[in-house]
Amino acid sequence: MNPEMTVLTSLTTPLIGALLIALSGRWPNLRETVTLITAATLFMLVASLYPIVMNGGRPSIVIGEMLPGLSIAFSVEPLGLLFAMIASFLWIINSLYSIGYMRANNEKNQTRFYVCFAIALASTIAIAFSANMLTLFAFYEALTLCTYPLVTHSETDKAKKGGRAYLGILLSTSIGFLFIAIVWTWLIAGNLNFTPGGVLEGKASDLVIGALFVLYIFGVGKAALMPVHRWLPAAMVAPTPVSALLHAVAVVKAGVFTIVKVVIYIFGFDFLSNTGTTNWLLYVSGFTILTASIIAIRQDNLKRRLAYSTISQLSYVVMATAILAPLSIVGAALHIAVHAFGKITLFFAAGSIYTASHKTEVSQLNGIGRHMPWTMAAFTVGAMSMIGIPPTAGFISKWYILHGAFDSGQVVAVVVVVVSTLLNAGYFLPIIYAAFFKKEKNIGNDNYGEAPIAIVIALSITAAATILLFFFPGLFIELIQKLI
Amino acid sequence: MIAGHLPILQVILPLIMAPIALIIRNSHAVWMLTLVVTWLTFSISLALLMQVLDTGDMAYRIGGWAAPWGIEYVVSKVAAFVLVIVSAIGSIVMTYARRSIEAEISEDRIYLFYTMFLLCLTGLLGIVITGDVFNLFVFLEVSSLSSYVMISLGRDRRALTAAYRYLIMGTIGATFYIIGVGLMYMMTGTLNMADLSVLIPSVAESSTIQTAMAFLTVGICLKLALFPLHLWLPNAYTYAPSVVTAFLAATATKVAVYILIQIIFTLFGDVNVLEGSGIQNMLMTLAIIALFVASTIAIFQDNMKRLFAYSSVAQIGYIILGLSFASQLGLAASIVHLFNHAIVKCAIFMGLGCIALRVGGVSIKNIYGLGYRMPWTMAAITISGLGLIGIPLTVGFVSKWYLVRAAFEQGMWLMAVLIVLSSLLAIVYVWRIVEAAYLKPIPEGIANINEAPLSMVLPLWFLALASIYFGVDATTTMNIALDSADTLLTGDLQ
Repeated sequence: MNPEMTVLTSLTTPLIGALLIALSGRWPNLRETVTLITAATLFMLVASLYPIVMNGGRPSIVIGEMLPGLSIAFSVEPLGLLFAMIASFLWIINSLYSIGYMRANNEKNQTRFYVCFAIALASTIAIAFSANMLTLFAFYEALTLCTYPLVTHSETDKAKKGGRAYLGILLSTSIGFLFIAIVWTWLIAGNLNFTPGGVLEGKASDLVIGALFVLYIFGVGKAALMPVHRWLPAAMVAPTPVSALLHAVAVVKAGVFTIVKVVIYIFGFDFLSNTGTTNWLLYVSGFTILTASIIAIRQDNLKRRLAYSTISQLSYVVMATAILAPLSIVGAALHIAVHAFGKITLFFAAGSIYTASHKTEVSQLNGIGRHMPWTMAAFTVGAMSMIGIPPTAGFISKWYILHGAFDSGQVVAVVVVVVSTLLNAGYFLPIIYAAFFKKEKNIGNDNYGEAPIAIVIALSITAAATILLFFFPGLFIELIQKLI
Repeated sequence: MIAGHLPILQVILPLIMAPIALIIRNSHAVWMLTLVVTWLTFSISLALLMQVLDTGDMAYRIGGWAAPWGIEYVVSKVAAFVLVIVSAIGSIVMTYARRSIEAEISEDRIYLFYTMFLLCLTGLLGIVITGDVFNLFVFLEVSSLSSYVMISLGRDRRALTAAYRYLIMGTIGATFYIIGVGLMYMMTGTLNMADLSVLIPSVAESSTIQTAMAFLTVGICLKLALFPLHLWLPNAYTYAPSVVTAFLAATATKVAVYILIQIIFTLFGDVNVLEGSGIQNMLMTLAIIALFVASTIAIFQDNMKRLFAYSSVAQIGYIILGLSFASQLGLAASIVHLFNHAIVKCAIFMGLGCIALRVGGVSIKNIYGLGYRMPWTMAAITISGLGLIGIPLTVGFVSKWYLVRAAFEQGMWLMAVLIVLSSLLAIVYVWRIVEAAYLKPIPEGIANINEAPLSMVLPLWFLALASIYFGVDATTTMNIALDSADTLLTGDLQ
């Protein structure tokens, strides 16, 4: 298969998977097999592009012309490949996890769940491989829409409310800001293709570029930069596998991915650093990092605490991008990967706790480490990665971000990273301490053990990956260095 | 030989068949006849469009009498495009109609409906194809009178008052139009559009022509339901039989917009009535108000037919806004939105027809949990709803893209923002329906609701898929729209 064919197949595989899942809905075992096979196939297809991209290949396909002069087209470059690899790999693990979770909790409408999941992955891959802003925008919206049924999965009033916030914020930011930004870019540059060096240089005044930049940043609501972050906690009403893969990896990473992509390929790295219109972003993202961490400390609901932690961690990526130093961009891209593995582990653990003991609040977790050693061990690894303690992957990306910040003399960024590290420790370590060292409060409620085996395997794999990434980050770093 | 006579066939075919339908009377046979006629007119209009795209505008002299003495039919690109819209919608609606009509119109009146439908089709096609302002008036009346009858055939007794109201407003509109035509005739002595466009500039400053312009604009704005002249529309759409609503919502107002385009860009093409004038300001302001007021009213409607009727008023706002820019991009956005909105709105009203057939009502309460009972119908309505919002990869996005671009091009930043904001209102009213259909439990006591018959669901899905197809690949429609806009603006009618 030639690379172009591989790109096309990896875009269509999850869609065909979705169709087959829908058709096999009556036979759960067959349906889950289809999901797993689709996920594995997708990952192999995406991974097979790695050597090609490393050798400088940029396999591209044009699906067709959408508007006169504007095509729906895909092209694989290092950042997109990185994103697609993470998403497709974690989909395999997450499917395994979902099987354990959805069955143990007797969730309804499981076929719809798996179908929407597959479509969400198709949209994610399409976003990762987009060759121009219009294609990216189209699938960005598709991702919002196909994850809506997953957020409102339980069909309760609470889910409905969460769904409204989710859809309302994501759609209104993307239509209200991002859409206008794209039309404006098209008007100024006459070109929406992702071009190394950007398409805007010398085409408009600094004022216009600055305004455009604001529209892009806040138009990408999925990056959850404050004040457009509220959809993420709202989305936590979804079943945990959704929070794990979509609201810790696919959807939110699609957001920061879009921002990095816009900075590098629409504005152009050098052009932005010359105009100096991006300083505000450093402060906004720094503010988001700190504020979200402080809010996280005050959350008793475990999933909500994780959600605010995600908001904070996403802004690391945005801030690292805003520093506009080559090293910090490496840190940003690496953090997309690292945070994915760490946060999915944490969500897996939260779901595992819920499945085994039906506990959802942090204050209920005293002594849980004795019942669920695997789960809480994995949780610890994930939390360490969030804080940035070696030997977990979080250390490496933070290292790069700090290094980049030092090099370019961004004292603010350095301070933010240091303070937020303390805050991260402040909201994760008490959980670990309580789980392993505190006595359980109400005895008699303790006849539970580990969650189903599928769940335990899944979270062990992602926890192990988080540690492995610390020792072998080369796979990703080499890919990312092709960016700059 | 036939090929040369396609323009007249386009109109005469449904016209001749209307009385024949009246004679046949058997409701099934009449439906078959109408079905065949609509598909034939669709084929003819497609052939005309191909021909026009190939060889440029064509003129047809009725009876061989040369214009301006005889009546001339003119098939320009934009005319051919609108002909395709009207006849395509007509044929798809007819394919869908049989079951819905049997359920909503009493048996002894069904033949009457099909007769009126054919006449209405004649009128609408005639308006588009004619090159003569008085002939246009005749067709306008043919289409209006037949649509009053069609609306009044609704089972709900309020359909009668709705039709009556439409009759009054429509007649005022048509009267204004004919007064305008009379004034123009007074000054120029001709009724031929091409002729008028040549003669008007020399007398454009006279108050007679100015008055004519005022009468024409207001009259037609009544017909196309520009806010605040839209008052006839919500009731008419709500109480008419579903098939009638689906057909009229997609065609009648579109054709009226076409007349306005003809008046502004052909008749007064060399006068520049829009640029910097009061008319431009008026149209723009009213369009923007329509976007917000009508969308907001739509949000609070419980009857979904009324909800989408108000949504139509808002969408008319987009179309009028586009043409009021008087630029190629703006006009192209309007023209392509005629097509895009016709597809989407027709699909939605057809979907509501399916619901009316199975559930018996189209209030929000009627569709609780219906996403699981009528999955195909509700999915099609949802897809069309996304088109209405303007989600990328649907037709609505294409229109919005060009409309916003047109606003930017004019340097009207605020306008671009307002367009985008108003489309957010559509999310609210579309999502009320999505939530009701998918997230509300099915009420007690309603057990046996099945999917609508295939003869209705298939045409519905045909349109829903079309709304995606022409959103993914909009080059065909957009190129026609851009070309037509260019021709209209540069003003070379032959």
